[in-house]
Amino acid sequence: MELYVVLKVVWAVLLGVLLSGLAVMVGMDMGVGTLLRFVGKNDAERRVVLNIIGPHWDGNQVWFILGGGAIFAAFPTLYATSFSVFYVVMILLLFSMIMRPVAFEYRSKVDTKKWRGTWDWAFLISGALPMIVYGAAFGNVMQGVGFHYGWDGQYYQDESFIFYLLNPFALLCGVMSLALSIQQGGTMLMLRGEQPIYGRARKAAIIGGVVGVVLFIIGGFWVAHINGYAFTGPVDPGAPATPLSGQTVAPVVGAWLHNYAAYPILWVLPGLGVAGMLGAAVMNLAAKPVLAWWLGAIGWIGAIFTTGASMFPFLMPSTTNPSQSLTVWNAAGSQYNLSWMLFFALVFTPIIICYTSWCFYVMRGKVKVEHVADDEHSY
Amino acid sequence: MPLIDPSVVDLSRLQFALTALYHFIFVPLTLGMTFLLAAMETVYVITGKQIYKDMTQFWGKLFGINFAIGVATGLTMEFEFGTNWSMYSHFVGDVFGTPLAIEGLMAFFMESTFIGLMFFGWDRLSKPGHLAVTYLTALGSNLSALWILIANGFMQNPRGASFNPDTMRMEFNSFLKLVFSEDAQAKFVHTSIAGFVTGALFVMGISAFYILRRQHREFAARSFRMAALFGVISSLAVVTLGDALGRLDYLVQPTKIAAIEGLWQDSDAGGSAAAAPWLLFALPDQAAQTNLVEFGIPYVLDPLVAHSFSTNIPGLISLEKQAGPRIKKGIAALNALQAYGKDHGAAALATFKANESDMGYGFLAQRYAPNQDLSKITPANQDAVVAQAEKDTIPNVFVTFWSFRIMMILGFYFVGLFAFAAFFSLKNRLERNPLLLKLCVWSIPLPVLACEFGWITAEAGRQPWSVYRWLPTFQAASSHSVGYMVFSLIGFALLYSVFIAAELYLMFKFARLGPQPHQAAAPEAAPAPMFAAPAE
Repeated sequence: MELYVVLKVVWAVLLGVLLSGLAVMVGMDMGVGTLLRFVGKNDAERRVVLNIIGPHWDGNQVWFILGGGAIFAAFPTLYATSFSVFYVVMILLLFSMIMRPVAFEYRSKVDTKKWRGTWDWAFLISGALPMIVYGAAFGNVMQGVGFHYGWDGQYYQDESFIFYLLNPFALLCGVMSLALSIQQGGTMLMLRGEQPIYGRARKAAIIGGVVGVVLFIIGGFWVAHINGYAFTGPVDPGAPATPLSGQTVAPVVGAWLHNYAAYPILWVLPGLGVAGMLGAAVMNLAAKPVLAWWLGAIGWIGAIFTTGASMFPFLMPSTTNPSQSLTVWNAAGSQYNLSWMLFFALVFTPIIICYTSWCFYVMRGKVKVEHVADDEHSY
Repeated sequence: MPLIDPSVVDLSRLQFALTALYHFIFVPLTLGMTFLLAAMETVYVITGKQIYKDMTQFWGKLFGINFAIGVATGLTMEFEFGTNWSMYSHFVGDVFGTPLAIEGLMAFFMESTFIGLMFFGWDRLSKPGHLAVTYLTALGSNLSALWILIANGFMQNPRGASFNPDTMRMEFNSFLKLVFSEDAQAKFVHTSIAGFVTGALFVMGISAFYILRRQHREFAARSFRMAALFGVISSLAVVTLGDALGRLDYLVQPTKIAAIEGLWQDSDAGGSAAAAPWLLFALPDQAAQTNLVEFGIPYVLDPLVAHSFSTNIPGLISLEKQAGPRIKKGIAALNALQAYGKDHGAAALATFKANESDMGYGFLAQRYAPNQDLSKITPANQDAVVAQAEKDTIPNVFVTFWSFRIMMILGFYFVGLFAFAAFFSLKNRLERNPLLLKLCVWSIPLPVLACEFGWITAEAGRQPWSVYRWLPTFQAASSHSVGYMVFSLIGFALLYSVFIAAELYLMFKFARLGPQPHQAAAPEAAPAPMFAAPAE
C-alpha cells in the first residue's frame, strides 16, 4: 500500500483515539457537572464535588480543543463542512462549553445563594447539553447530512437544522452519550468523594451505565434498518483528497453493517463496548470505582470505534448528493501535512499522558468537606 | 459558484472581530502574568521570604479570574473557522490547521494541566516542584501564543504551502518556511511582550492603589518595584519589535504599510523620498483617495519604515494601479482552474499554471463580473470589471491609520510611565508622588486597549484578504443565512456581556480586598526599612 493511504488510515484511527479521549476525559467532567445539583445537597457538598475535578477539568478540556484542531488539520474538508452544516448546534455547544470554565472559577468567589445557585445551573446546562450534542452528532453523521460542493470546494447546505435537531436515531445517540458521561463522572466522584456524595454518585453511575448499554444495543439493531452508504463504483484511496473526485456512492439500507459482514473480527469492538459499560456498572455495584473507571473508558472506546468501523471509510455522507460524501480518502490533508502531524502526535502524546497521570497522582486521595473550607485556593 | 450574501459576510466578520477582540481582552494579561508569577515565586524559592509567596498567591488569584474567561473565549476561536469560514478552512486548512493542532499538543495541554497544579498543588508539591509547575504554565501559555501567531503569520505572508489544482486548496509543503516565517516570529515576540507590558501595568497599577491608600505597604512596594522593572524592559522591547514588524510589512504587505501611514501618493512624489513627512494627524478620505487634513514631520517616514533615506515607498494609488494586470491574470487563472476541474485537461492546467500566482486577484473580480460569473468576462467588458475590482485591493485607510497611531502612542506612553515608576520606586519616593501613582492606577486598562488596536491594525490592514493575495475575505465565509448569524450574534452578545460584568465585579472586589491579613502579616517577612510599620 502506498504511504499516503497508510497515513490516511492512521489518521482515521487517531481521529477515533481523539474522539475517545474527548469522550472519556471531557465526558467525565461533563457528567460531574450534570450530577452536581443531584449529588450535592448543600453548598459544602457541591464544593467538594467541584474540587474533585477542580485540578483536572482544564487539562481534560484540551481534548476538546485538540479535537477541533486535529480535525482542522488532518481532515480540513470535514472540519470546514461539518462545523458549518451543523451551525446551530455547534453554536449551542459553544455557548454551553464556554459557560463552564467561568462557572468553575467564579462560583466560589461570592458567598450568596443566588450567585452560587446560578452557576450550579450553568454547570447542569454546560454538562448535559454538550454530551447530548456530541452523541447526536454521531447519530446524524451516520444517517448523512444534506450538503453539496461547488467547483471550488465551497459547501452548500441543502436542509434545515430542524432535521438534525429532531431526529430520533440521533436523539438516542445523544441520550446514550449523556448516560455514559454520567457513568464516568459518577465513578470519578466515588473515587475521590466520601459519603453521602459517594452513595449518590454510585447510584447515578450504575443507572448511567445500564441506560448506556441498553441504548447501545438498541442502536445496534436500529442501524440495520437505516440508510448506510456504499460505493457503487471504483475508489482510489490514494487519489488527491477532494470530494469532487468523481467517486460514486449510493444510500443502502443496512450498509453500515457491511464491514462487519466482511470482517467478522470487527465484532470485537461492539463486544468491548457492551462489556465495558456493563462491567463498569457491575464494578460500581461492587463498590470498586477504580476498575469501574477503566471499564467505563473501555466502554466509550468500544462504542466510538464500533461507529467508526461500521462507517469506514465514510466520515460524513451526503444525503442530497451521495457521490460527494466525505470519506477518509477524499477529506484528508495532504501527505506532507499528515506526516508532520503524525510526527508531532508521536512525540507529544506520550509526554502528555505522562504529565497528566502525574497530575492525577499528585492530587490523589479523598476530598473532604473541611479541606475545601480551609483551602482558599479551592473552588 | 454563487457569491455569498454580502450581509452574511459582514455579519460573519463582525462576529469574528467581536469574539477575537473580546478574547484578546484576557489573553495579554495571561501571557504576562504567568511570567510575573513565575518571577515572584522564583524570588520566594531563592530567598524563602513568605511575602513573595503571598505575592505569588494573591496575584495568582486575580490571574485566575482573568484566565477562566481567556480559556472560555478561546474555545470560540478554535471552532469559529469551521462554523463561519468554511471556504477558508477548506482552502488553507491543510497548512493553517496544523499549527493550531500542534498548539494543542505542545502548548495548551501543558498550560492547562499544570495550571491545575499551580492553584491546587501548593501543599502537595515541594517548593522547587511547585516553581517548576509555575514555569511550565508560563511556558505553555507563551508557546501557545507562538503557534497561534505562526498560523496568523500564514494569513499575513503565506509561505510553506502551494496551491494544488487537483484538490482546489493550498497544501502544506515546507514546515520550516511556515514556522520560521519572519512575520510570525516577529509578531510572536511583539505580542507576547505586549502581554508582559499588560501584566506589569496590571500589578503596578493595583499596587499603586494600595500605596495611595497606605494599605499592604510592604506587599505593595515590592510588587510595584518588580512590576515596574519588568515593565521597563518589556515596554522598550515591545516598541523595538513593533518597529521590526513595520519594516516586515513594508517588505511583504505594501498595501498595509501605505494604509498605516496614510500614504496615497508615492513617498518620492514630492521630489525626494527622504523628505516625505511622517503623518502625526490625518483624515483619510477613501473615495477621494487623499487626506482631507494632514500634518506630519518631514524626513521621518523613510527612515522609520524602510530604514533608509533614499527608498521610495509606494503609495496606495500606484499600488491600486499595479493590481490591474494581476486581476486580469487572476481571472484567466480561475477560468482555467474551473475548466481543469471539469476535464482535467493539460491545456487548462497550463493556462492556470501560467497565471497561478495571481489567482487570488481573480476572486476579487467575481463581484463585478456579469451575473457574478467570471466566465462571462470578455475582452470587451474586462476593463470595466478590473477598474472596479482594483478599488477593493486596498484596505480601509482611516481605520488602519488611526488604530496604528493609537497603539503606537500608547506604546511610547508605557515606556515613559514605567521609566518614571521604576525610578521613583528604586529611590523609595513613591509615596511622595501621588500623581504618578494615580496615573498608574488609571493606566491599568490601557495596554489592553493598545493590544486591541494592534490586532485591528494587523487584521484590518490585511484586507481585502483573509489569506494575503490568495483568498479574499468575502469569498472565505460559510454560506449561512442571515437568520443563523443573527441567532449566534445575539447569543454571543448576551453571554459575553454577562461574563465581562461578572469578571469586572470579581476583579474589583478582590483587588479592593487586597491580600488577606494572614498572608500580609506573615511573620517571616522582613520589612523593608522604609515601610517598617504596616498600616493594618
